[in-house]
Amino acid sequence: MSFFGFGQSVEVEILLNDAESRKRAEHKTEDGKKEKYFLFYDGETVSGKVSLSLKNPNKRLEHQGIKIEFIGQIELYYDRGNHHEFVSLVKDLARPGEITQSQAFDFEFTHVEKPYESYTGQNVKLRYFLRATISRRLNDVVKEMDIVVHTLSTYPELNSSIKMEVGIEDCLHIEFEYNKSKYHLKDVIVGKIYFLLVRIKIKHMEIDIIKRETTGTGPNVYHENDTIAKYEIMDGAPVRGESIPIRLFLAGYELTPTMRDINKKFSVRYYLNLVLIDEEERRYFKQQEVVLWRKGDIVRKSMSHQAAIASQRFEGTTSLGEVRTPGPLSDNNSRQ
Amino acid sequence: MSDTAVADTRRLNSKPQDLTDAYGPPSNFLEIDIFNPQTVGVGRARFTTYEVRMRTNLPIFKLKESCVRRRYSDFEWLKNELERDSKIVVPPLPGKALKRQLPFRGDEGIFEESFIEERRQGLEQFINKIAGHPLAQNERCLHMFLQEEAIDRNYVPGKGCALGHRCEAVH
Repeated sequence: MSFFGFGQSVEVEILLNDAESRKRAEHKTEDGKKEKYFLFYDGETVSGKVSLSLKNPNKRLEHQGIKIEFIGQIELYYDRGNHHEFVSLVKDLARPGEITQSQAFDFEFTHVEKPYESYTGQNVKLRYFLRATISRRLNDVVKEMDIVVHTLSTYPELNSSIKMEVGIEDCLHIEFEYNKSKYHLKDVIVGKIYFLLVRIKIKHMEIDIIKRETTGTGPNVYHENDTIAKYEIMDGAPVRGESIPIRLFLAGYELTPTMRDINKKFSVRYYLNLVLIDEEERRYFKQQEVVLWRKGDIVRKSMSHQAAIASQRFEGTTSLGEVRTPGPLSDNNSRQ
Repeated sequence: MSDTAVADTRRLNSKPQDLTDAYGPPSNFLEIDIFNPQTVGVGRARFTTYEVRMRTNLPIFKLKESCVRRRYSDFEWLKNELERDSKIVVPPLPGKALKRQLPFRGDEGIFEESFIEERRQGLEQFINKIAGHPLAQNERCLHMFLQEEAIDRNYVPGKGCALGHRCEAVH
């Protein structure tokens, strides 16, 4: 968000020192548009310069001080007046005086703590931005520049699978399994649904990804559920003993990492919802939380190495219809 | 876990399906037909009954085949019982057609063939929707409606199958 003072005599720009090399990431704005912002991680230094250019070189600009701030704040949409700042750093660039010509002021915020990930949601927004202010008697000149912060994690030590038997007594028993409980944002959910008892007429089955944004505390807790994805995994009526596989690629969906109680203001959690629909449109479902985390980009291995890994996966499988005599597998295995 | 660039997407291991399960009859067979409407009585005391024939292999029903005669008010009774006792959203019945019961109509009113057929279809849809609902299957009134000769309006409402049935259901 940025605005120019109307009819101001000076133009303010915030420029980063590493603007050429720094990556930019897409982030959704409040009105749903996607824009690119400079990407920062926790602990990185934010340095650059504030450049002032006088529109009329002959006119002098009197001011009460020039400063630059680095702010990390949480904004609840139903309480816009109160911004909760969890990071607030300031550097004074100039004492009260006069600007007679266009000039630039260097600044550096060293190893800034950025504990949370940038988030724009239904009822809450967490953002980081630089704000340059030229204080004046009547109205200040302010320029803001948003940045995006990602929080990275590594593979969790403990990542057990989720396996449960659920159902309705004497009507429907299923055992569902998801291979992990914690998935990174480009991961694949691999699972299966095993039917132990089917006494209802099932029409189809789907798996939904639900995002729940919780804002507020105590008696004023507010949940906002959003179905991010609906993915049909079975069409038709299963019988006892059937196993339906699940393979859901997360990279295709707009997901954020799981955020728990950020600054005691909000949470963003994700759930997998397994839904069975019967002939009369009745829905039977089981919701299960999964933890999402962001993996840092790794250096890509060469394509041939990736292809070699991928082909290893399918050793031992054959497509239906082929009759094979047991023997050593040739290189001409058909892929599934 | 190794940090490979390609995710492991192999299927999870699963038990192979027993062929008798795969090719055997499905255990969710439930069919209810409403047919053979008959108007009984004379004059103002006439009413129409429908045959309600049920075939099923669900263990929760005591009889695997049953055939009873029911009239529209019996269906209304069932709807009221379910709305009061069970937590389900009961589907609508076909209309009461009060207008058709007024005198001085040009046609047969509620005994008109086309009306009876319309009503028959509506009742068939209604009972099939209800009987397949796992929560409705718990209600004694449903079992009495489908499988007992006469509806005892002084029955004791409750969960569990029809009286006299040895039920293995655990709640």
